[in-house]
Amino acid sequence: MDARPTPEQRELEDAADRLALKLGPSTVGDLDDLERHDRLDAAVAQTGWRALRTGTTTAAMASGVEAAIVVRAFARRACDTAFLAPVLAHDLLRRGGSTGDETDRSIIVSADLQHMAVVRDGGWTDAPALAIDVAGCTTAVALVESGDGFSIAEAMIGARAEGVDLTRPVALIDAGTRCTTSELGVLSRDDITAWEALAVTLTAADLVGAMEGAVALSTEYAKERRQYGAPIGSYQAVQHMLAEAKTLTEGAASALIHAAWAVDALAPDDARAAAAVAKAYAARAARTVCETAIQVHGGIGNTWECMAHVFLRRTLLATELFGGDGPQLELLARQRWGATR
Amino acid sequence: MNFEDSPDEAAFRQRIRQWLADIGDTVKRSHSDDSYWTSLGDWHRTLYDAGFFALTWPAKYGGRELSPVCEVIVDEELARAGAPPKPSLGYLIQGISRHGSEDIKDRFLPGLINGRDRWCQGFSEPDAGSDLASLRTTAVRDGDEYVVNGHKIWTSYSDVAEWCIVLARTDPDVPKHKGLSAFAVQMHQPGIEQRPLRMINGITTEFGQVAFDDARVPAANMIGAPGEGWALAMTVVSHEREPAELGFCARYAKTVGELEDIARRAPAEVSAAQAEQLSWAHVQSEMLRLHTARRLSERIGGITHGPDGSIDKLLMTWVEQSVGHAALAFGGATAIAGGSGELLDTYLYSRSQSVMGGTSQIQKNIIATRILGLPTH
Repeated sequence: MDARPTPEQRELEDAADRLALKLGPSTVGDLDDLERHDRLDAAVAQTGWRALRTGTTTAAMASGVEAAIVVRAFARRACDTAFLAPVLAHDLLRRGGSTGDETDRSIIVSADLQHMAVVRDGGWTDAPALAIDVAGCTTAVALVESGDGFSIAEAMIGARAEGVDLTRPVALIDAGTRCTTSELGVLSRDDITAWEALAVTLTAADLVGAMEGAVALSTEYAKERRQYGAPIGSYQAVQHMLAEAKTLTEGAASALIHAAWAVDALAPDDARAAAAVAKAYAARAARTVCETAIQVHGGIGNTWECMAHVFLRRTLLATELFGGDGPQLELLARQRWGATR
Repeated sequence: MNFEDSPDEAAFRQRIRQWLADIGDTVKRSHSDDSYWTSLGDWHRTLYDAGFFALTWPAKYGGRELSPVCEVIVDEELARAGAPPKPSLGYLIQGISRHGSEDIKDRFLPGLINGRDRWCQGFSEPDAGSDLASLRTTAVRDGDEYVVNGHKIWTSYSDVAEWCIVLARTDPDVPKHKGLSAFAVQMHQPGIEQRPLRMINGITTEFGQVAFDDARVPAANMIGAPGEGWALAMTVVSHEREPAELGFCARYAKTVGELEDIARRAPAEVSAAQAEQLSWAHVQSEMLRLHTARRLSERIGGITHGPDGSIDKLLMTWVEQSVGHAALAFGGATAIAGGSGELLDTYLYSRSQSVMGGTSQIQKNIIATRILGLPTH
């Protein structure tokens, strides 16, 4: 056992951090800077990191650990480029047996964000659904029930919708949208569970990165903002809120690295349980940490121009996506002692 | 990054699992009654003799020189078997190892490590809790000895300890942090009186108060140099904040496992509120196990004595108190109505975790100033 990242994993984290620092938004105004956005998008495309989870049905090019490292680094700087969804779409297609397809796709989730959208056999969505993290993607994938397992359906992405997350646009998939199921592969229920373990883990990685960003943002502010003739960060009332936020973030990170390792190392149900632990902890922690970031910024924290709400909004999406703390706790109760609800 | 056992680690896990199976239910005991605390010395020696305590310490002091991650394996297997956690002594070993002379280490570490000598820690005083450096116990040089006078409190195991690591003022004329020295004091002598404290869950054999009235200690028993007491105390308390040194992960996982056994026997009778608190306690306890694995992995490259223990302590506190709340949710009503009080006692005991080893507020001060770099007045 050695829970430390390998030298290669450290290098990947440094590279993702550098890219995010250079091209990610550093102010809310930067989110409207389309030229910066396009440069970030092109730089991410050039790294090939969106293809980390391509490969064969039995092995991806890189493990869940590497995928989580990049998701976390991008979230730390609120990067407004598609990453989470294309990585998950690639992983789904890889498990389905589709190799060599390097197109970046979004994924379609149920309108309540809790699970992958499942389309009835015949290839039509029968309820409104949502394609997430759609920047730069023209199509999105969903599941179709097929015998004991699932096949993969693909739909064109329509108009973008206003979502809570300012860094990752979503698009509505209307009931009746045409889906195609050609040659994108077939998955067993175990495949889906293993994929869900990755999906839930990567949302936890997104939460941990956003928490790190929110703690850094508000700690810097507390060192500069002065009231009563001293930096507000010198007062215990403020110090204790930030100390708590830092501690929650470290705890969430510890659960995350195990879940990221478990994605490829453990049996699907065990990997899914590890993901549930990481997500439940991160979801509760992220709420407190991002609310703290707003409070530490005082009145400014409640204005559009402060980055604090960009992190909070990002965590609201990441929390609900594939289930927040409630559904994860319920899954653990069913799995561990046979809870019936 | 790899959480899997190496072949050596897997063999080690198999050995302790087999040993625990062989000794069977004799080791299962609630930590919330007096018999548990009085039997801890026996448990220390049993665990040590079987090769499952002092895993990382140098062989010359009786350690096994194994990888730090073996500590995680011991915690996991003790919890799995429902056995008591390992003795909470690692932080005293850290303090003596870092600050003691070769002579001090040779004389005291083997007995501390193998459990033949019981130790307690005389730091806190009635008027020096969080503000430890204001302590008033004095040690005055008298020939080859020091004479100790003062009053210590919250002294775990003071009732059974042969030795006490006493922090005392040796120089009243310098700033308060600089006038302290540490001593290994023999507890069984006329100048020392020990009185138990009864805690809110009724136990009397964990904490005590110790009165020093012209107690004597050889000058050769000073640990570190004169005036080095504060530095030693900071080494000890920084490690006293680490679940890795305390073995508490095993205690939390054990309680969660017991509550899950109750739930599994009648899942339909578990309310939504109970289910949520139990699952959350499991998430918290798992988080701490993984956090401890991360910290112990960081030690593979050598140990550091930094402020990170304050983060660990705060996490551990939240874990213990979440587990306490789950215990209350399952056993509170029964206990209030006069039934078995074991789960209620687990809850009551959990309240001390945000005080012992430095309050949560002190941990937050340390995290804010020394980790986040926030300014002080």
